[in-house]
Amino acid sequence: MSDLSPAAAQPETEIDLAAAEALLGTDTSRFRHDYLEIRGLRVEFDGFVAVRDVDLTVTQGDLRFLIGPNGAGKTTLIDAVTGLVRASGSVAFGRTELLGRSTHRIARAGVGRTFQTASVFDELTVLQNLDIAAGARRGPLTLLRRRPGTPEAVEHALETVGLTALRDVPAGVLAHGQKQWLEIGMLLVQDAHLLLLDEPVAGMTQAEREETGQLLRRIGSQRVVVVVEHDMEFLRSFADSVTVMHQGRVLAEGTVQEVQNDPAVVEVYLGAPAAASDGAAAGATAGAVTSEAATSEGELP
Amino acid sequence: MTVLNALVRPGRTRTLAAFGLAAALLLLAPVVLSPFRLDLLAKFLCLAMVAVGIGLAWGRGGLLTLGQGVYFGLGAYLMAMHLKLADAGPGGVPDFMLLYGTGQVPGWWEPLRSPVSAILLILVVPAALAALLGWAVFTRRVRGAYFAILSQALAAAFAILLIGQQQTTGGTNGLNGFRAFFGYDLADPVNKQMLYLIAAGVLLVMVAVVRQLTVSRFGELLVAVRDQEDRVRFLGYDPAAVKVVAYVVAAVMAAVGGALFVPIVGIISPADVGVVPSIGFLIGVAIGGRATLLGPVLGSIAVSWAQTSISEQFPSGWIYFQGALFILVIAFLPGGLASVAGTLRRRPAVAGLSERSPA
Repeated sequence: MSDLSPAAAQPETEIDLAAAEALLGTDTSRFRHDYLEIRGLRVEFDGFVAVRDVDLTVTQGDLRFLIGPNGAGKTTLIDAVTGLVRASGSVAFGRTELLGRSTHRIARAGVGRTFQTASVFDELTVLQNLDIAAGARRGPLTLLRRRPGTPEAVEHALETVGLTALRDVPAGVLAHGQKQWLEIGMLLVQDAHLLLLDEPVAGMTQAEREETGQLLRRIGSQRVVVVVEHDMEFLRSFADSVTVMHQGRVLAEGTVQEVQNDPAVVEVYLGAPAAASDGAAAGATAGAVTSEAATSEGELP
Repeated sequence: MTVLNALVRPGRTRTLAAFGLAAALLLLAPVVLSPFRLDLLAKFLCLAMVAVGIGLAWGRGGLLTLGQGVYFGLGAYLMAMHLKLADAGPGGVPDFMLLYGTGQVPGWWEPLRSPVSAILLILVVPAALAALLGWAVFTRRVRGAYFAILSQALAAAFAILLIGQQQTTGGTNGLNGFRAFFGYDLADPVNKQMLYLIAAGVLLVMVAVVRQLTVSRFGELLVAVRDQEDRVRFLGYDPAAVKVVAYVVAAVMAAVGGALFVPIVGIISPADVGVVPSIGFLIGVAIGGRATLLGPVLGSIAVSWAQTSISEQFPSGWIYFQGALFILVIAFLPGGLASVAGTLRRRPAVAGLSERSPA
C-alpha cells in the first residue's frame, strides 16, 4: 500500500507545456503547411439531412472552434471526417482525400479525435493507453513482445498531460479531467496532425480549463486543431476563429468578435428576431450566447 | 513497481512458480494414478487445451466463441482419418468404408495418408477456416451475441454435415477402433502413458504461449479492442485483424486438443463436436475465470473431473449439478472462481486509491 502514496499524494496534476514542445518538435515535413479542406459535405441518415453543403477550411496555427445549438451537426461533421458515418462531398487533409476511406486508414493519414465522453481503456494503465496510441505502425514482431521500456514519445506525453506519477494506475480510476487530458496525450503520441476535439473541457474545473486552453493553443500553433465546445468563456479566451453551425449548415464564420455581432447567429441563439433588432442586443449577445449554450448542455457556467 | 502494477501485469515470479508447480503435478500423475484414471486425466487435458484458447479469445478478446467444437472436431477428424488410413496400411481401405461405403477411399482422404501432411493439415485447415470466417465476420463488425449465435450455428451445421456423410466420415458412429498412433500400439499401457505426457507437455506449451500473448503489446491491444473497439479504430488499428489473430490461435489450440483426444479416447463422433460439447468447453472457462491465465485450464479440468466422478455416483445427477454451478458462477462470480483470490487481494488497493483521487 505504501508504494501507492507517491502517485496518490500528488496534489494536482498539471499540464507541462515544455514537454509538449519536445513532442511537437519532432515534426515530420510530410505534414507541414497541411490544412483541412471540406467542400460540399453532406451527411444523410434515412432521408434526414444532418449536414448539408458545408465548406470549411482550417489551417495550421488557427485554433478553430465549432459551435452551434444541439443538433446543429457539429459532432456529425467530425464523424464524417473520421469515417464513422458515410458522407458525400470532399474532405481533404493535405493532399489526402479522406472520404471513402475506412476509419483506421483515416487515422493513419494523421487524423485524430476525442469523444464527448472521455473514452480511454479503463482496464489498462495510463502508460498502456498511451503506448497503444503510439503504436499503430508497429510490426507483428514488436507487438508479440512485451514493452521493453517507455517509448520516448510516451514519456513526453505523460509529462505534457501531467500524468507521469499516475502512469501505472488503471485509466478507469482517473478523475474526469485527467481522462480528457489522457485523451489529448493519446492524440499527441498518435502523431495526429489534424486534431478534432469534441468538448474537451466539459466537466473540467476553471483551472483545468485554463491549462487545457494553453495546451491547445500550443498544439494549434503546429497542428490543425478543430474544437467543438459549448463553453463560451473558454471560446472567448482561446479561439482564433469560430465557425457557427445551425441545422446542418455553416451559419457564420470569423473571429469571436465578428461572430458575436452577426445578427444571424444572435437570432439562432436567442430564437427571436425581435431581440436581434433591439438596439441593446449587440451588447447583450455575448452573455445570452453563454447562458443559452450552458443551459442547453445542462452544465454549470 | 507498485502493487497495482503487479496486479495489472501478472508477476513473472508468481507465474513461473505456478508453471513449475503445474508441471510437477502433471509429472507426478502417472506415478499415483491408475492407468484408467491417467487415461481420463489425459482426456481432460485435451479438453483443457480448447479452454486455454477460449480463455484468450473470450477472456481477453471478448469473443464469445460458442462453436469451438468445429475446430476441435476438425483436428480430431483429421487425426482420426490419418489413423484409420495408417491402420489400413499402404493403399488400404478403412474398415468402415468397406461396410457402409463404396469400398474406395475418397480423393480428399488421400492427403492424410502421410503422417507429416496429416500433422500439417491438422494445424493449417482449422487456422485457415478460422482466419477466413473471422475476417468475414469481424470486418463486418459482427460482435457480441450475434457472433456467439453465428459460431454456434456453425457447430450445429458441422455436426449435421458429419452425420450426413456416413460413407466417408462414419456418420453418427464417428471414427473409432484405432490400433496404432504413428506406429505405436495403442493397446500398450506404456504408449498410453506417453500419450498422456505428450498431452501434458502440449498443454503447458499452450499456456506459455497464451501467457506471452497476454503480457505482450498484442495482449494489451486485445483488451483495448475488447473494451473500446471504436476507440482502437480511431488510433489507426484495424480491430478485425487483432480479433482474427486471437480467434485463429484459439482455433488451432482447439484443433490440437481434438487431434490428441482421438488416440487417447479412441473415438470421435458428431456427439463430441456439436452444440452441446461446444457449450461444455465454455463452462469450465467461465467457472475457472475466463480473464485469468490458469483459470480456464483449472476450471476445465475441474469440471471434467466433477462430471466423471459425479456421474459415477449419481448417473443422472451431473446435468443438474452443471446447470446449478453455471448459474451460481454467472450470477455471483462473473469473473469465475479465480476472481475470488484476486478480489481479496485487490480490494484494499483500489479502495485506497479511489479515496484519494479527486472525484
